[in-house]
Amino acid sequence: MSLKLFDGFRFTRRDTPVHRMDPRAKLILVATFFVGAVIFSNLLVLLAIFLVEIPVIASARSLRRWVRTMRGGAAFALLIFFMNLFFGGTLSLAIALTLRFIILLSSFSIFFLTTSPDDFGLALQQAHLPYTLSFTFTTAVRLIPTMAIDVQTIVDAQKSRGLELEKGNLLRRIRNYIPILIPLIISAIRRSVELAEALESRAFGAKKTRSSMVTLRMSGSDYFAVALTTVFLGVMVYLYLFSAVPSFEIPIKIPSLLQLF
Amino acid sequence: MLVKLPIIEVKDLAFTYTGLKKPSIVDVNLNVEAGEFVVLTGPSGCGKTTVCRCLNGLIPHFYTGEMRGSVRVAGLNVRERLTSELAEHVGLVFQNPENQLFSLSVERDVAFGLENLNMPVSEIRRRVDWALGATGTLEIRSSAPYELSSGQQQRAAISAVLAMQPEIIVLDEPTSFLDPKSAKDILGVVAELNRKLGITIFLVEHRLDLVSRYADRVLVMDEGRVVLEGSPREVYGEKAYLIGVGLPKVSMLFHLLRKEGFSFNEVPITVDDASKELRRRLTS
Amino acid sequence: MIAVENLYFSYRDGAEVLHGVNLEIADGEFLAIMGENGAGKTTLIKHFNGLLKPNVGRVLVDGVDTRDSSVASLSRNVGIVFQNPSHQFFSETVREEVAFGLRNFGYSGEVVRKEVDRILETLELTRYAETSPFMLSGGEMKRVALASVLVWNPKHIILDEPTIGQDYRQKEKLRKLILQLNMQGKTVVIVTHDVEFVADCKPTVVLLSRGRVLGEGPAEEVLVNQKLVDEASLLRPQIAELMGSLLDLGVPGNVIDTFQARRILAKSLLRV
Repeated sequence: MSLKLFDGFRFTRRDTPVHRMDPRAKLILVATFFVGAVIFSNLLVLLAIFLVEIPVIASARSLRRWVRTMRGGAAFALLIFFMNLFFGGTLSLAIALTLRFIILLSSFSIFFLTTSPDDFGLALQQAHLPYTLSFTFTTAVRLIPTMAIDVQTIVDAQKSRGLELEKGNLLRRIRNYIPILIPLIISAIRRSVELAEALESRAFGAKKTRSSMVTLRMSGSDYFAVALTTVFLGVMVYLYLFSAVPSFEIPIKIPSLLQLF
Repeated sequence: MLVKLPIIEVKDLAFTYTGLKKPSIVDVNLNVEAGEFVVLTGPSGCGKTTVCRCLNGLIPHFYTGEMRGSVRVAGLNVRERLTSELAEHVGLVFQNPENQLFSLSVERDVAFGLENLNMPVSEIRRRVDWALGATGTLEIRSSAPYELSSGQQQRAAISAVLAMQPEIIVLDEPTSFLDPKSAKDILGVVAELNRKLGITIFLVEHRLDLVSRYADRVLVMDEGRVVLEGSPREVYGEKAYLIGVGLPKVSMLFHLLRKEGFSFNEVPITVDDASKELRRRLTS
Repeated sequence: MIAVENLYFSYRDGAEVLHGVNLEIADGEFLAIMGENGAGKTTLIKHFNGLLKPNVGRVLVDGVDTRDSSVASLSRNVGIVFQNPSHQFFSETVREEVAFGLRNFGYSGEVVRKEVDRILETLELTRYAETSPFMLSGGEMKRVALASVLVWNPKHIILDEPTIGQDYRQKEKLRKLILQLNMQGKTVVIVTHDVEFVADCKPTVVLLSRGRVLGEGPAEEVLVNQKLVDEASLLRPQIAELMGSLLDLGVPGNVIDTFQARRILAKSLLRV
């Protein structure tokens, strides 16, 4: 897992249909992918869901970023693949479950790449979630790129003092991260205190209710997207409940490594 | 006869942070009149930030400790009012621009404080437009903080504070992270707020060469106490130098010349002043 | 010697930051790299110990191409002290913190103890040896950060924005320390936008703006040049501005030092 993973979750302002979509409609879209990926273990269905996701990512002009996220999560994906083979699953199952992981990762990625944390916070607010909750969330998201820069700064400083992160056995390598983690935690705490000071000074929490300069409004195309998504969801649920999906197995048998033990 | 009270009244103020043995500030007495531009300076650790925090309620409401004496801002007793109440009268701009901006667009950040006060949306929009205009940040209203230079970020932070329409704006070393040109620009914006809108300015600053032209009064602190007070001309002298204050180089130059036996009516605080005086003397 | 040859560099996701920088820093030189925030100063110095490698061009440190070397081995000779001490402290005591670099380079035991004591004394930090670095004031933390690099005695020392957050007295101490290090034969490079500090130190100045070198030369020449200084988004030192405004009265223009200005003006005033 490298820092590349975070690239696919960082919001950048762009003018694409997906970016313009109301975050609530987007949430429903992404949740549908999510549900589909979780309830099905069938390779064909998962492949279909994955293939539907690609044009969505493409229309958000975020393919390159998404690829980087995939590269960042590749290690974990491979882990899932081999673990499944190890415990005696078929090749189809292993691929399917890896695909599931990829779809879940991509779903989150689509959402956060195209939704500003502010708008997401607004969506949560307008859904009547307590403000402190949505604010905590949006601040956390806003701080991710800032923290990533901090990590790099710390790594640079420690490498310049001769720290070699890749050197030594596993135990040594874990210990090498202490000079990275401690300053990171401390700088996070410092930053939080400064943010808290600024919040206090701008009357945060002053009144029980809070007004909002911007309100989210669903447009015609947003309702259309929600309708389409609902249809898609309906089809999936039908297929699931009535097992109407042909099962499919890749005709290659991989001996279970577990049998070796 | 109605006597106008100072807009900031600090009497015998002392404060010790919880967990520390020594007080950070002791015997601080200062008054600031409405519309004044006051600069507070002094060596690191002399208590300047502590004083700033006492002015908007962060002390004693956010930072706990033992507080003695009294602080009144815009007629309100800081000890008895919540920070949120005081926020409409005293704004505080911090050193690091990055950690004062919460949203992904400047205008939402400027609206942030007003939203917290549950103001009607029309009023919020009006004030946001006004604050952005007053600080010259209308063009960057839709930008995200990470797209801006630190100078622009600091401007955005000032707009955010300004939108709450406080009578007083306190700034704690706002130019620390800025390069000289951005620092000069920011201080120009602050001076304009003082001149055009009559906002009282309480500025903590090391870069005296940039602020001297605007300051009505300069206060120097050392080891928790206010040790010098007066107009910049009165304060920029040997005593301030020995405390460790970084006087403008032109002021230092004239002090040095005085030591050589040359006499001048006044010690200049800006390059213009110095240039005029030297020109007068060299061509007479 | 640190030689930068036709250096072009861009970050993975961004625009090109350095466009064809050429620079030669001789052994024992005292240099200031100046420019506005975002000019590329920090990016440039990160090439000196291999943290960053050029996209085009190359950087040679004492004859070694940085692309052929690890950061650790280059850091033996090029010590970079970064801006923010709290982005590197992690130890329980100042002594531990300062010893970190030496230990990474393979030293231990008695040698470490001796060298740490030595550098703590030089930087007047001995009384804080057993204190937690986090309990110190900002200025003291900066000194500890400096100590933690000087402890392994690198030949070349790079300071990234050493004056930020420092008051006048602390800057004076720093100035004297820098001159001391330089007199010991060390190459000292400071990255800064603090013109008044540079006016006091009088190093060679390299002006960097938007990834390009605008000019190079002694501080007294570069910092008095209004055009160059403007282009680099800096301000001229006060003394330079003052003396510049009196050029027509026969006062020399390339003065940035307060004491030199005093001498010159005292003479002129006596003649009147």
